[in-house]
Amino acid sequence: MTEQGYSLAELVISVCAEAFRDDGEVIVTGIGALPRIGAGLAKMTFAPDILTTEGEGWFTSEPVGPGKRAVEPEIEGIAHYDRVFSALYSGKRHALVAPVQLDRWGQANISVIGDHRKPKAAMLGARGFPGNSVLHPNSFFIPTHNKRAFVEGEVDFVCMAGYNPDRYVNGKPPAGLDLRIIVTDLCVMDFGAPQHAIRIKSLHPGVAFDEVQANTGFPLVRPEGVIPITPAPTAQQLAIICRIDPNNIRASVFKDNPPGVRAAVGEAA
Amino acid sequence: MLDKRMTLDEIVDQLQDGMSIGIGGWATRRKPMALARAIARSNLRDITLISGYGGPEVGLLAATGKIRKLVFAFVSLDHYPLEPHFRAARQNGAFEILELDEGMFHYGLRAAAMKLPFLPTRVGIGTDIIRQAGFEFKMVKSPYDDGEEFFAMPAIAPDVALIHAHRSDQRGNILTMSFDPFFDELLVRASGRCFATVEKIVPTDELNMRENGRYNLVERSLITGVAEAPFGAHPTSAAPDYQIDLKHLKTYIDSAASQEAWSGYKAEFVDVSQHRYVASVGGAEAIHAAPIPVY
Repeated sequence: MTEQGYSLAELVISVCAEAFRDDGEVIVTGIGALPRIGAGLAKMTFAPDILTTEGEGWFTSEPVGPGKRAVEPEIEGIAHYDRVFSALYSGKRHALVAPVQLDRWGQANISVIGDHRKPKAAMLGARGFPGNSVLHPNSFFIPTHNKRAFVEGEVDFVCMAGYNPDRYVNGKPPAGLDLRIIVTDLCVMDFGAPQHAIRIKSLHPGVAFDEVQANTGFPLVRPEGVIPITPAPTAQQLAIICRIDPNNIRASVFKDNPPGVRAAVGEAA
Repeated sequence: MLDKRMTLDEIVDQLQDGMSIGIGGWATRRKPMALARAIARSNLRDITLISGYGGPEVGLLAATGKIRKLVFAFVSLDHYPLEPHFRAARQNGAFEILELDEGMFHYGLRAAAMKLPFLPTRVGIGTDIIRQAGFEFKMVKSPYDDGEEFFAMPAIAPDVALIHAHRSDQRGNILTMSFDPFFDELLVRASGRCFATVEKIVPTDELNMRENGRYNLVERSLITGVAEAPFGAHPTSAAPDYQIDLKHLKTYIDSAASQEAWSGYKAEFVDVSQHRYVASVGGAEAIHAAPIPVY
């Protein structure tokens, strides 16, 4: 398989999988098609001990991709809501979620755009985001990297707690707050700079730092030296992705299902 | 002999303007929709709707102007994540809201069920949930050596709980046969009274309780009344008896397109008896034909 032989969606899946590499035996929840397939890829390769569900309420021996199923999966345990709620407190879960807004402190929003009392756009509500954020590790997938998603100030309604000292009695978040990586259509970031500031970990092939910065509402930390390029999924990984997602749902996530490698655009003058 | 059987309308007659009403189920699963429709048809007003894990009952009661205040963690139709009537009402500022986290809601019910004023938790710390205007949330410090500051989640104690289950006898011994009971037991324990609709009321021996004990939601002394309402959760599911009706949910969603669309939907599916409703959505056979959904 050539370097060009993979899609952006498959690149994102392989990066999502990386989020779970060293998690050990924990529950992994990937919200949305690509994080879910990513969790499956991790389970089928380097993180076989993780627990994943079929999307409703059962842990399955093998990962289950989105959409129609040819065969019913083997069930290995029950994952009804009471079980999952109880499990959160153990910290043995890693969720990869897709908020609508994310800010420089890692605070995330899925509730409303605009004023909370009378929003411009009402979405789901906070769901379990507040609890998730302070009880177990979390990562993020933002499918369109722009300033509407990566906002300049705080997100409109903080559903997930982040590393904003002003939000805490003694300036310190609860010990369980552990934000890991951010995967977008342009790059991979983490919270590894001083004071948990967001820094670029790798740029997707053909993407320049300046383009990412221009599409982000706050300053990003640029790593020293040459910025790594997000590694391409291997042929073995691509084959496993096809097995987890035989419905090819992944092809419908990004408009026109672009390739994983693109020519550099938006280079700053 | 104890007989708690009631009709849907008799249950609604027990509700009063301004009451707080807790709703069981989860999003598109085991929602007491026949009761929600009966409330929508009634003169009941100004209710505080407590639906932590909200589904189409929220949109229906929003669209019919019944809600004064909504307490929720989310409102979703699962396969169609955005509930259009809920969205429209929220965007119009149609009612007061208290937005919570799913776990905070759970903890609020647990506190009420334990007759405690609050329970301490880390959930909510660092978020806007505990900074909502009009709500005075408080923190509490651990009295032990750790000295950690917790959020004090206040008890959630609805005046009345409404739930839908699969089977009951006339004394209110209830079975919820789905693999996931959600948090209906806690809701019942947190609430002053509970009325349940069930698919079928049967003699006690037909509950086969020795086999089905794990599906027995709660002791019957907490159940005030039961109404037999076949397909009473439709268009949400009461699996394994029947599944979510995605086709009807789409019809429901389309009803938010215009005032005319809503009037049409309301006339055909809300302002009718439960019996007529079942016929309108295609009858028992069509409801049973809905496939097991994939998530």
